[in-house]
Parts: sequence; structure tokens; C-alpha cells
Amino acid sequence: MMRRIISVLMENEAGALSRVIGLFAQRGYNIETLTVAPTEDETLSRLTLTTPASDHQVEQITKQLNKLIEVVKLVDLTEGEHIERELMLIKVRATGAQRAEVKRTSDIFRGQIIDVTPNSYTIQLTGTSDKLDAFLRSMSEASVMEVVRSGVSGISRGEKVLTS
Amino acid sequence: MEKLSGGDMLIRALQDEGVDFIFGYPGGAVLHIYDALFKQNRIQHVLVRHEQAATHMADGYARATGRPGVVFVTSGPGATNAITGIATAYMDSIPMVVISGQVQSHLIGTDSFQETDMVGISRPVVKHSYLVKRAEDIPETIKKAFYIATSGRPGPVVVDIPKDITNPTDFFDYEYPEKVTLRSYSPATRGHSGQIKKAIKLLAEAERPMIYTGGGVIQGNASKQLIEMTKLLGFPITNTLMGLGAYPGTDPQFLGMLGMHGTFEANNAMHHCDLLLAIGARFDDRITNTVSKFCPYAKIVHVDIDPASVSKIVNADVPIVGPVDVVLDEMIKMLEPEVAKRSDKQKKLLKEWWEQIEGWRRQDCLKVLRDGVDDELIKPQEGVQAVYRATDGKAYVSSDVGQHQMFAALYYPFDEPRKWINSGGLGTMGFGLPAAMGVQMAFPDETVVCITGEGSIQMNIQELSTCSQYGLPIKIINLNNQSLGMVKQWQDMQYEGRHSHSYMDSLPDFISLAESYGHVGFRVEKRSELDATLKEAMSLKNRLVFVDIMVDPKEHVYPMLVAPNGSMRDMWLRKGVRT
Repeated sequence: MMRRIISVLMENEAGALSRVIGLFAQRGYNIETLTVAPTEDETLSRLTLTTPASDHQVEQITKQLNKLIEVVKLVDLTEGEHIERELMLIKVRATGAQRAEVKRTSDIFRGQIIDVTPNSYTIQLTGTSDKLDAFLRSMSEASVMEVVRSGVSGISRGEKVLTS
Repeated sequence: MEKLSGGDMLIRALQDEGVDFIFGYPGGAVLHIYDALFKQNRIQHVLVRHEQAATHMADGYARATGRPGVVFVTSGPGATNAITGIATAYMDSIPMVVISGQVQSHLIGTDSFQETDMVGISRPVVKHSYLVKRAEDIPETIKKAFYIATSGRPGPVVVDIPKDITNPTDFFDYEYPEKVTLRSYSPATRGHSGQIKKAIKLLAEAERPMIYTGGGVIQGNASKQLIEMTKLLGFPITNTLMGLGAYPGTDPQFLGMLGMHGTFEANNAMHHCDLLLAIGARFDDRITNTVSKFCPYAKIVHVDIDPASVSKIVNADVPIVGPVDVVLDEMIKMLEPEVAKRSDKQKKLLKEWWEQIEGWRRQDCLKVLRDGVDDELIKPQEGVQAVYRATDGKAYVSSDVGQHQMFAALYYPFDEPRKWINSGGLGTMGFGLPAAMGVQMAFPDETVVCITGEGSIQMNIQELSTCSQYGLPIKIINLNNQSLGMVKQWQDMQYEGRHSHSYMDSLPDFISLAESYGHVGFRVEKRSELDATLKEAMSLKNRLVFVDIMVDPKEHVYPMLVAPNGSMRDMWLRKGVRT
């Protein structure tokens, strides 16, 4: 089992997303993260999902996704060189001596503090999922108040593109 | 440009699509549509007694004719009742367009009267679905629905139409599109020539070849090509339950059906072959038995229109994705010179393979065993054999699901495609009668037989009323063993004979039941009366005849693959006797 990043270009129509998600539920595949938004062509949406799958499973997943009428094209980004990013917003308790420590750790991870109260920081962090995980581990459990992650987005390296 | 209301546009679009029958049931959300239907006479509407039956009728019509079946249902319960039939069509890749009424647009999402999310509830069992949001979209949506339902790997498409969209007082420009294109949908039009070349090489080199074909050959109208290729090669061939009739069942190269209740010779030839040519089949669990033990010596060539079916269960050494007829045409051309230059050694090897197969055939696995039973006791297999004799093997035969279905598949050899109408994938009890009705609507002059059991027939028996209304002279053959035979068989074999709820108590008197609907009913209790009664039933050309045949309640279907952990050569051959 390997984590795959599947990037799907699909019709930007009501119901298309539920068909993709329904397919995963129906056929017993897992979705770990999911992110979707319209592209520069507003008739198309780009959906990126991560799923743990063996070679055989990912072949089935891509074939089944391709069968959905609204799916225009898709790629398993993990098959080639690619860049992946995830965005995390994390609200942490920041009081007393902890306040400076949280700021330092955030700087090390190149996080940005985007909201401040006397007792908390809200930090924005982007990177691979591993990096976000590492940052979370570096914050003490007690100080983490809320975590919001966008799910993975990805794109191929070089000039290769996924278009209709 | 012509101005039409949404309801009129829908009916007009269906006319322009060439639809001749609609199977349906009216209700609140489809009243505008039914009013539009009332005003025309080009399409005949068949009023059913339950929406499930409407979908099975459309399905039977589609299986027999190759043209898409069309269904009208209303919102809410009308739509949900249709689901079983849609799922049945989906599992067997049958082209169907289901038009469902929906509550008015402004009521959607408010839990209004007879509201259900039809697009949502049908999603896992359709090829595609549409919710029509503007009346102007009706013609194009209908065109797309038919295109999707009938092209590539066929399947059911749902078009859900809110009531206000078909309002008779709002008018719109009507034009039916000549064709539609979808940028995200383009089924393969031919096979990959490199892969076909590889397949030809394997076919030319094979020493113990086997051809295994499924419903795809029938849905893909490739029976002619299959026969030509199989004859050219001289190879043995088997059909799945869904593929029966694609190759003539009475031809000596045909080894019978394969799989869970396949013949001894077909299953053994599968197990021992060194090359398997699979065409329009999907390696279902009812075929393979234990997948890791499936065809252990074979290289596998798989031809299918659906890329997702290839290497899904069993890895294909040579996958060929394309329409079966086109691919086979190409293969035949390339095989002709290969066959012409076959060496003596190759001919000898093929002869030896056939000798081995004939050895398996001599097992005579379908012989009806009558040891120690009363001479007048009717075995269910004999019921089917008698139907075969009474119809010269030429009838359209639908079945329900259970033992009688397997007996029909094994004891009524089909020589032509589209004559055997059964629910293979979903295994839907209650399918047989309405499916037969769809066939009879399409072919009013043909003999249409429904082989069923007293369990299955009661799941849609209300359609006897529809048969009266439309004068459908179906011959219903009820193999009555007074129990849910297949369930009971499994309970005998795996649950030490504990027959948990597999009996049928309080059965109706089927004869008076049929008569009360205006039909003819016969009961057969003696083996000596079987042929005469069936002959008389078939001679009543214009009447529906319900033939209630009392059969041996203890009979099992054999052969039966040994599970779990068995291979295809591991079979029960009769009670207590296995390979």
C-alpha cells in the first residue's frame, strides 16, 4: 500500500463530486484527503485526492474514475515527479514563556502568524503533509486548540499538464 | 422553430429517438408528461401494476431487441420501486432510459410530498443520471441519455425531471439534436492492433486452447463473428450464464455453461487450458471459484469494451479494449492464414486436447438421475427438457432466479443470441414474468416462455393483470417444488439440512389464480402427462397459460463447484459425490 495522489479534471457540474465520492464508498476504497475547486476554465473542476492503494487497486481506481461520465481526465501524480502542497491553519495557546517558543518554532517551519490574541496565535503553514505532521508534533498537545488542513493539492513537475 | 411545452418536448424527443414502447406508471409528478403522452399515438405506453415490473419489462425488451428500454415512473415511491430493476439492468449492462418525475423545483430539499433524491438513490446502480433543471435542456438531455445508455458498455441512465419543467403552459423552442458529443466520454471504437497481433500469436501457438465468452458478445452483437472465429479455429467454447446463445448451444464445439453450476467438461477445460480467450466476460466470482486457483496453466487474452473489466479480478496477459464485433472481425482476418499454416504437430495436439475433453464429456454430468424414485415423479430438469421439446428449442425463454434458472440454463440449449433472458448479475427474483412481457410486446408472434418457481413468480405475480390488459400470451412454466429450492440446496449442503425459512407454506392455487386474471391454468403432477400438457399449452397461441408443474422437492442442481478454496475442476457431481 502506497499513498497515491490522484488528480482529476472533471465537469464543474452539480452531482459530479458526489459521483466521485460515491464510487470510493461503493467500491471500498479509502479517501484520506480531498480538495476540489474550479480551474481557470470555469466549466472544469480540479479534484485532488489521496488514497492508500496497491498497484492493482490504483489501476482499478483510475479505471473506475475514468468511467464516470463527468470525469474528463485524471492522473496518478505519484507515478511521476510531482510537487504536493497542503495548507494548515492551526490555532495554538500562546501565553507566558510559550508565546516566544511557539513563534520560534513557527519561524523554523516557515509558518506565518496570521491572527493574534493575547492568549493565542493562529499560524498558517504550507508544505508537504509530512512537514505539517512534523510541525504538529513539535507543538505540545496542550497548546493546540484547533487544526484545519486543506488536504493535498498537487501538480506534475516540468511542462507536463493535465488539460481537457 | 417549433414551440412546445416541456412535457410535449419530452414525448417528442422520445419519438424522435425512435422509441416504440414506454413501460410505466403515472403519478403526481409525471401528470404533465402523461397528459402529453395521451395526446399522441406513436409511442405505446404499457401500464404496469408495480414500477419494479416496468423496469424489468423495459429490460426484457432491451435484451431481446438490442434497443434501449424506456420507463416512466413518478417521484418518491415510484422512483424507489424502480431501483431494483435499474440495478438489475446495471449489473447485466442493459441499455435503459428511466424517466422519473420529481417534485417541483422549488420544493426540492424540503421533504415535500413524494419527494426522494432519485439521482442520489440511484447513483450506484446507473451508468449516468441527469436532473433536468431547465425545460430548454430536455431535448439534449434525452439525446445524451440514449447515447450513453446504448454506447460503449451499455447501462441504465436516469433522467429526473421536476414537475414544473414539464408545465403545459410554458413553451420553448424544440429541436432534437442529430448527435451529441461529450468531451469526457468516448468509448473505444477499435482494439489496439499491437495487442491483437500478440493475441493472434498466442492463439496460433496454443496447445490446449479454450474460448470463454459472456454477455458482452450478446450486447455487442458479435455472435456472428464469434461463431465464425470459433469454427475457423476449431477450439472448444463455453458461455457464461449471461452469454448463452451467443454460440449455438447444440453445436459439438460448445461445452455447455461454465462456472458454479457449469458442466464437468466446461469447467475442466477451463482449468486445464493453456490459453484462455475471454470475450465480453468479466471473471465473475460465480465463474472463477477461488481466484488464485483459476486457470493455473493459462495465458489469458481478454477482449472487452470496458477497460475497468480487464485485469479487475484476473490479470490479462493480453488485454484488448474495444467493441467485440470490430475486434473479432480483425482477429478473424489475421487468423485465417495462421490456421492455414498449422503444422501436423499442432493439429495432433489440438486433436489430443479434444480427446481429453470428450473424456470429460462422457461423464454425462447433466444426466437426470431417477434411481429409486416413483416413475411419475417429475424432476425439474425434465420439466425444462419437456419445454424444449414443446417449443422446438426456438422460444424466447426468460427465467427468475434460483434452481429453475440453472435448470433452464443447463437443459434448454440456446442456438441464437437474445433468446435467453435472465438476471445474471444481480440475481433478481421477480424478474422473469415482467421480462417475458417486455419480450412479448416486442415480438407479439413469437413463443415467449417464462421458466420460474413458486417463490420467484410471487414476487411480481400482480403483472398477470397487465398481461390480461395487453393480451400477452406468455407461457409461464412454474417448476413448483414448494420451497425456495436454491436456498434449501445450500442449507442441505452447508447447514446440515436445517431449512431455515426456505419452505413455501400457504401457496395459492396457481390455477385459479391465473383464471381469476382471465388466463388459462394447467397443473401437471405426473411425468406421463408432461409432454401432452405442454403441447396443449403451447397450442393456445393467444392465451397466457400458467403451467404449474409439481416437481421433486428434493432435487439439487449439479454440477456445483466446491467452495471455499476449490478450483474450477473441484465439483460436486451429485449428492455426496465430488471430484
